[in-house]
Amino acid sequence: MAKMTIEDKLGLNKFNTNELNSHIDVDKEYLDKQEVERVCRACPAGLYKLDAEGKLSFDHLGCLECGTCRVLSGGKVVKGWHYPQSGYGISFRMG
Amino acid sequence: MAEDRFDAIIVGGGLAGIAAAYRLAQEGLEVLVVERGNTCGSKNMTGGRLYTHTLEKLIPDLLQRAPLERRIVKERFSLLTPSSGTTIEVDSAKLGGLYANSYSVLRAPFDRWLADEAEAAGVMFVCGVLVDDLIIRDGRVCGIIAGEEEMEADVVILAEGVNAQLAQKAGLREELQPDQVEVGAKEVLSLDQAVLEDRFHLAPGEGIAWIIRGEDAFGPGANGFLYTNKDTISLGVVTEIGKIPSAQHSMVELVDLLKEHPVVAPLIAGSKTVEYSAHLLPCGQGAILPRLCGDGVLLAGDAAGLAINLGYVVRGMDLAVESGLLCAETVLKCHETGDFSRDALSSYETAIQNSFIPRDMERCGSYAAQLGNKALYDDPAKLIDVLTAVMQG
Repeated sequence: MAKMTIEDKLGLNKFNTNELNSHIDVDKEYLDKQEVERVCRACPAGLYKLDAEGKLSFDHLGCLECGTCRVLSGGKVVKGWHYPQSGYGISFRMG
Repeated sequence: MAEDRFDAIIVGGGLAGIAAAYRLAQEGLEVLVVERGNTCGSKNMTGGRLYTHTLEKLIPDLLQRAPLERRIVKERFSLLTPSSGTTIEVDSAKLGGLYANSYSVLRAPFDRWLADEAEAAGVMFVCGVLVDDLIIRDGRVCGIIAGEEEMEADVVILAEGVNAQLAQKAGLREELQPDQVEVGAKEVLSLDQAVLEDRFHLAPGEGIAWIIRGEDAFGPGANGFLYTNKDTISLGVVTEIGKIPSAQHSMVELVDLLKEHPVVAPLIAGSKTVEYSAHLLPCGQGAILPRLCGDGVLLAGDAAGLAINLGYVVRGMDLAVESGLLCAETVLKCHETGDFSRDALSSYETAIQNSFIPRDMERCGSYAAQLGNKALYDDPAKLIDVLTAVMQG
């Protein structure tokens, strides 16, 4: 069996996604590249990605709501962090 | 004046919040639990192993009725290098004492069951609602704000979990720092029950708890865990957040490295991942916050930082339940007098100090020091003594 990617794994989870509003406000132009890399490496859902040109992208869909990015880079790459609005986000079936 | 008024509002329908609410409802108080998940447990995650001693105080026949996965009867402890490992196993069924009863659990089904029990005892639950803010007047917490709704109570118990943003708003907590928390990422893998029992040499209903010291294999601060459930395996990695940036592997890679490690891979062969989750947990021996209450407000569970997470001993849920029960005892006393000031509520802080929680934090902390002593690994008899003590939690 082929190795699962992180996207495969997230695809197994049950999400009620809020397509319009991200509950995390990310500074995609943040200048300190080392800081950006820290967040990319730490997110257990791999939602922070740097492309070949070193540009940061972030997708709130698939967020496991752990808070790692906030604790690591609150006030820096992560400008604002809230739980998703009522009724949205991850629903663990196992937990 | 808000239309809805309760004796107590509890933010968070996890183990601390439900335990507090359940106990208060037993004594006839009007209590409301507000939970952001669509059901209790749907936002919660554990490694995970529940030491049942505190919950058994609340529900004496818990072991007969609760959706527990497997009774932990074997303890395994491994030290890994990238390509090999050494493992020590102890039969914990032979261990006695207060913490003899521990079970693997999955939080979604477990918390949901506990919430149903509490509801039957009279607790009111509102699920799928995020509490945005607190109503604070003259420094006193008077209630909660959720969207357009405001609800008031004599006292608010914040059992909101490790990302305790409301506790910060109440002025009881500072923001967490990267060296104060670890992140755990876990896969739940389904495996035929008979195959699982055969591979781990378990009888039906029996389970194994396996702590994997993985720093040499995976990088600084990274450890693994494996717990057997009925027909699934909980497998994951825990890493101190502050150490990830300097580590060789990203958090996403660490979980795969553990799955592929030669000590682990044969035991999960043929299994199917059914869920991937992540959660923060306070790290270290644990320390009681200087303040666990303010005017009209109490902190419980992870929001109060009540956890012992040393890599070797991982306990949070039984501490959460205890803190919830102690919150309830204080609220019941204050309900008699009508005084919910910080002074009156501070009997909760005293109760926590007098509970097993600080004692166990210190005791388990001393194990870490012993285990960290490299000379211990040259003395197998002493090592087994220490490991046996550690495995009792």
